[in-house]
Amino acid sequence: MNPTTLRPPADRPEKAPAANAPGAGRARRSPMARRRNLAGLAFVSPTLVVVLVIVVLPICWTILLAFQHARLIDLQTMNFFGGWTTRNFRQVFTAPGFWSSLATTLVYTVGGTLGSIVLGLVAALALRRPFRGRGIVRSTMLLPYVAPVVAATFVWETALSPQTGIVDNWGQHLFGWHRPIAFLSTSSYQVNLLGAHVHVPLALLTVVAFETWRYFPFAFLFLLARLQAVPAGIEEAATVDGATLTQRFRHILLPQLMPVIALLSVLRFIMTFNKFDDVYLLTGGGSGTDVVSVRVYDFLTASYDVGAAAAQALVLAVILMVLLGVYFGFFAKRVQEEEA
Amino acid sequence: MTRAQFEDRLFGALRYVVIALLLIATVVPFYYMVLLSFRPTGELLLHPGRLWVPLHEITLSTYKNILEPTSKGGQGLLGMLRNSALVSLGTVVLTLAASVPGSWAISRLKFTGSRQISALFLAVYLFPATLLAVPLFVMFARIGLQGSLVGLAVVYIAQTVPVSIYMLRNYFTTIPTSVEEAASLDGCNRLQTLWRVVLPLAAPSLIATGLYVFMIAWNEFLFALLFLAATPSKWTVSLGLSQMNNAIEVPTTVLMAGSVVLTVPVIILFYAAERFLTEGLTTGADKG
Repeated sequence: MNPTTLRPPADRPEKAPAANAPGAGRARRSPMARRRNLAGLAFVSPTLVVVLVIVVLPICWTILLAFQHARLIDLQTMNFFGGWTTRNFRQVFTAPGFWSSLATTLVYTVGGTLGSIVLGLVAALALRRPFRGRGIVRSTMLLPYVAPVVAATFVWETALSPQTGIVDNWGQHLFGWHRPIAFLSTSSYQVNLLGAHVHVPLALLTVVAFETWRYFPFAFLFLLARLQAVPAGIEEAATVDGATLTQRFRHILLPQLMPVIALLSVLRFIMTFNKFDDVYLLTGGGSGTDVVSVRVYDFLTASYDVGAAAAQALVLAVILMVLLGVYFGFFAKRVQEEEA
Repeated sequence: MTRAQFEDRLFGALRYVVIALLLIATVVPFYYMVLLSFRPTGELLLHPGRLWVPLHEITLSTYKNILEPTSKGGQGLLGMLRNSALVSLGTVVLTLAASVPGSWAISRLKFTGSRQISALFLAVYLFPATLLAVPLFVMFARIGLQGSLVGLAVVYIAQTVPVSIYMLRNYFTTIPTSVEEAASLDGCNRLQTLWRVVLPLAAPSLIATGLYVFMIAWNEFLFALLFLAATPSKWTVSLGLSQMNNAIEVPTTVLMAGSVVLTVPVIILFYAAERFLTEGLTTGADKG
């Protein structure tokens, strides 16, 4: 294949003749380009079909189900279209605890996203310069992320258990806790802060801490990769000019890292917003950790109300899209302005 | 001492403190897991604060209990290991088969709609599993695939295809086109080029992607819970352990032994392929 035949961009055939005027006298599309086009479609179709059938189609069906009167027992007999209703949405919005559950989800998501990125950044900065054993330290840091979620939540549950847990035991010996603290089943814990009584949502904070611990390696990995691609020259020049370490971080490293941090924020936000297993396994959604995804599961398995579950999942997805829209409309623009 | 010197020293020292703390935070939970798995339950209740196990106390009965089939009075984890392995391997094969042609096509062949399809593949990565859970649950109940390992593997493709396409595509674009052009000059058609030239070259990436897919499938919990909860003979390790935790009174130490059994394969695979994996995942991150 020689480069000139590759020239007309085949994905925009209508513009091709104008783009290379001398060759425009030939057929609108060279046989070569057409064959490549067919080959591309042929190769992409198996993957595309799989994606359409097991991802896109089910999601479309979720939208249908959300507007249908659908319980699991009726499903054998009901048809795909029909039985339309908005009852599911009324049920979702009026169900007790929906709004507080949404607030919980937001706190959990923002907390988990922020926590994991900040801790990941700290870890990446600490491991930036080579030292003996850095490779093994680096891969060890990834353990919480690669370990199965069931095993990770079990360890936390066991360690935080008021009866057999090591945390309460050490807390009583080292910090003189008077009685064991049930981290995962206390929705509101009273703390004395300078004489004032403050109520802390303890279980929710513990779940956020778990999220931070489990996903900081993800942020760490990406941030470290980016840090190592920062050219050393700029920093050396800044050092010569007398910039201190914090100044170099603030004015050289951070701007370079910002695109990755922004990307990580979006990715982690999406993933955490829909997270089910971590919360379900740690608290079962109790004690003030009732995130929306656990509610979807409850609708589905406790009351077999497929329609309500679909509506709940759809509401969750729409809220997520709105939040992302706000983010891209607002912050992304500001980043562009700063760069300009 | 100037401010610059002060900061250099402060953060120079802080750095090692941070590394030590992070190591403690990542290693101690797993150490604690292994430790408890070798302790008798009675001793754990007596001394919950111990971070070591006296030699004479070490017991393997926890592992015996968790692994033995239920007919012998154990928890039957061995059978669940088999289920997990079958589902995960099946998912790897299906996912790679489904994603190789497509990711090669979007990285190499320019065709009508290639950009839209490429964007769709990326977008799928962000579709929440909760949106998929309901219809797949319904669909499987309807066609009777509920409680089948094959069905679960098919569902896992939805979880793994996007990231697999992403990783493979990143790698395919790094293979010089001249290699493929040479192959086509030598008379290979596109399928032969892909099969005989591109795939052998992409072996490291295929391995990395396969391992990552394996780990996702091995660790997965939500769909296993939704589809298999009612059929104990098909439980995967993750699901089985969580059900033991909920339903029957299984001692903590036995559950920890089960967690070790669940975690060890993943950790071994991870250390074996760590370099491939981290590179495969973060390719593109360093380009800003």
